[in-house]
Amino acid sequence: MTSSRTAFKAILAKDLRGELRTPQSLPAMALFAVTTFVVFRFGLDRTSLSGSLASGVLWATLLFAALLGVNRLFVAEREEGGFDAVRLAPIDRSALFAAKAAALFAYLLALELVVVPVFAIFFLDSAAALGPLVAVLVLADLGLAATGTLISSMAVHSRARDLLGPLVLLPLVVPLMIAATGASEPLLAVGGPGYHRFGSWLAVLCLYDLVFLLVGYAVFDFLLED
Amino acid sequence: MGTVRIPAVEPGQGRDEPALSLAGLRRDFGERTALADVDVELASGQTLLVLGPNGAGKTTLLRILATLLRPSGGTARALGCALPGETWKLRGRIGFLGHEPLLYRDLSGRENLRFHARLHGLDRQAAEARIEGLLAAVGMGRRADERVAELSAGMRQRLAICRCVLHEPELLLLDEPDSNLDAEGRERARALLGPAEGRTRVIVSHDPERYEREADRTLRLEAGGRPVAA
Repeated sequence: MTSSRTAFKAILAKDLRGELRTPQSLPAMALFAVTTFVVFRFGLDRTSLSGSLASGVLWATLLFAALLGVNRLFVAEREEGGFDAVRLAPIDRSALFAAKAAALFAYLLALELVVVPVFAIFFLDSAAALGPLVAVLVLADLGLAATGTLISSMAVHSRARDLLGPLVLLPLVVPLMIAATGASEPLLAVGGPGYHRFGSWLAVLCLYDLVFLLVGYAVFDFLLED
Repeated sequence: MGTVRIPAVEPGQGRDEPALSLAGLRRDFGERTALADVDVELASGQTLLVLGPNGAGKTTLLRILATLLRPSGGTARALGCALPGETWKLRGRIGFLGHEPLLYRDLSGRENLRFHARLHGLDRQAAEARIEGLLAAVGMGRRADERVAELSAGMRQRLAICRCVLHEPELLLLDEPDSNLDAEGRERARALLGPAEGRTRVIVSHDPERYEREADRTLRLEAGGRPVAA
């Protein structure tokens, strides 16, 4: 039996190579996010945002941009026989879950590398919040990657996958979004970053990540059965 | 995430019993029965030719044997492993060539083969040598670095044949292996997919004349997936 580590690395490298060679998910996600910031900028008619409003704009935009990546995560597996290839190989199928979640996590980090500075330019008076915001972004991305991978693997077999994925995913990530916006709000407050209940929200994010990573690891094998 | 340790299949396990043993095998898709009452025994190293019209359940049978589908009824054993109970022992010992080449379009042929070699746990150096040998055998050495999306259906089939035998499987499950191949391609494919010592084959084909001479057993299915009475 092939080790899970070898299978994980092979699948992740395949996904990243494919995205680098013919970029599909990342440009769409980035373009969507930047366009949404432009819409908020003119829609709200504000040159600067802070606190809960800034946090809400940031996370609503990142969440809906992430949905684009989630929807495409397993398309190659479904259309090009990747599911069968994995099922024929002597590997622990959880390696596919781990590799796909890692790929989505990488896409989200790359997305944020581009669009969070754009957000700061559009809406923030100071870039001081960006440092501590990294911790919130990383933890929220981990949760989004775990939940998104799980839901995408189920929805991809449906003809209505573009509809089904978001419909199932959005309610599941409500706790994640509450924690992410809760942790970001004091960081984006007027007068510089604050840390009121910041640790508590990070703990909630960690707990969410742990639960969905474990659930995904535990049930993924069954999701691949016919 | 560590290595999952599963007891290795003992060398020679399953040699004393038929390579393939199916009894009353059935598969339903909802209300529709795709395969019913299939009884087959095949010794190690033999070839079973499966014939039948479209919709007779030939592909369904292959996918059950490949562990990609669960049977709805009956019993099935392949290479000494019960299906679906012991599929984890069987994976990696099967070479499956279906309607889809199972190749990623954005990767080159060589990258696809490397990917499958890694999934099957082949040593990197040994895999490179094996891949070069297979690409040469199917006449794809010079086009192996092109993206699969840019290749013709025949070229993809040649790569799919390489993928199928890359890990030197004991049981070959071949669904129309000559699909999209020209005369030269068919000859090259025969060299890789032909009968070899100890290698058991199940071949689905609409061209019985081509494979009847190689077949030790023939299973004829009729529409509805039932075997035609002899």
